[in-house]
Amino acid sequence: MLIRRLFDNPASYRNPFAELDRMRREMDLLSGNFLRTGPRHAFSAGVFPAINLTEDKDKYYIRAELPGVKGDELDIQATGKSITISGERKITPEDETAHYHRREREAGRFSRIIELPGEIDADKVEAGLSNGILTIQISKAEAARPRQINIK
Amino acid sequence: MSDSKELKVKEKQELSSPAEHTRPGPVFTPAVDILETEKELTLLADMPGVTTKNLNIDLRDDTLTLVGDIDPFEGPDEQDIIVEYEVGKYFRQFTLSEVIDQDKIEANLNNGVLRLKLPKVEKAKPRKITVQAA
Repeated sequence: MLIRRLFDNPASYRNPFAELDRMRREMDLLSGNFLRTGPRHAFSAGVFPAINLTEDKDKYYIRAELPGVKGDELDIQATGKSITISGERKITPEDETAHYHRREREAGRFSRIIELPGEIDADKVEAGLSNGILTIQISKAEAARPRQINIK
Repeated sequence: MSDSKELKVKEKQELSSPAEHTRPGPVFTPAVDILETEKELTLLADMPGVTTKNLNIDLRDDTLTLVGDIDPFEGPDEQDIIVEYEVGKYFRQFTLSEVIDQDKIEANLNNGVLRLKLPKVEKAKPRKITVQAA
């Protein structure tokens, strides 16, 4: 029965971290840490760029914050169930006589593979970059879409 | 270039604000570069998702304030599967020690990066003074 419950619960199937996250929140409550107003610490894979993955009926959406990266510096590929995002963030050198007071922005290469939870239609992947945010829309494969079942 | 380094994920720095905001939601401090030449200060700030109409730059006395608002861009039917970063407005304040020529400030927003040029006032520029022999 335990196994059945595990697999019946769509939330824990889709996001195994959701359960961990819930446990962590409860631990916070117990330890009196619940007043902490910090962000909901998401489980970052530690690979650049950090992404948010969402879905609706027909599509998956991957979003990443890539300020200062141009479209032609990005390479996005779809294979099987996964999407690969790679590229390089360049920071153009400034005037040589300038001296820095602060230098917090970073440049460098990155590459990340994101496995999607369901089958995708690799031919229908669209990517857009606006205001430094990359949005990739991935159509779900016909078989992976939820289907309305009519009761006769 | 092959000598460029690998980028690491940097967690967005949430602002612990001394004043409370009227609108709820997280506030982040954007990463900035500040550089100075003889003529001007240049400030570069990463503010992904901010559009020109949502960006507010204010220079009052010697305090420079950057505020960037974010419009929600997720569709109404979208459900989260993985959330690795949060979206919120940007806020950062600097105290400038230089006298800035307010009329000549230039701001550009390109691909989520703000470039702010703050030219120094003429008289604040160093001038070489030649001492003449009597």
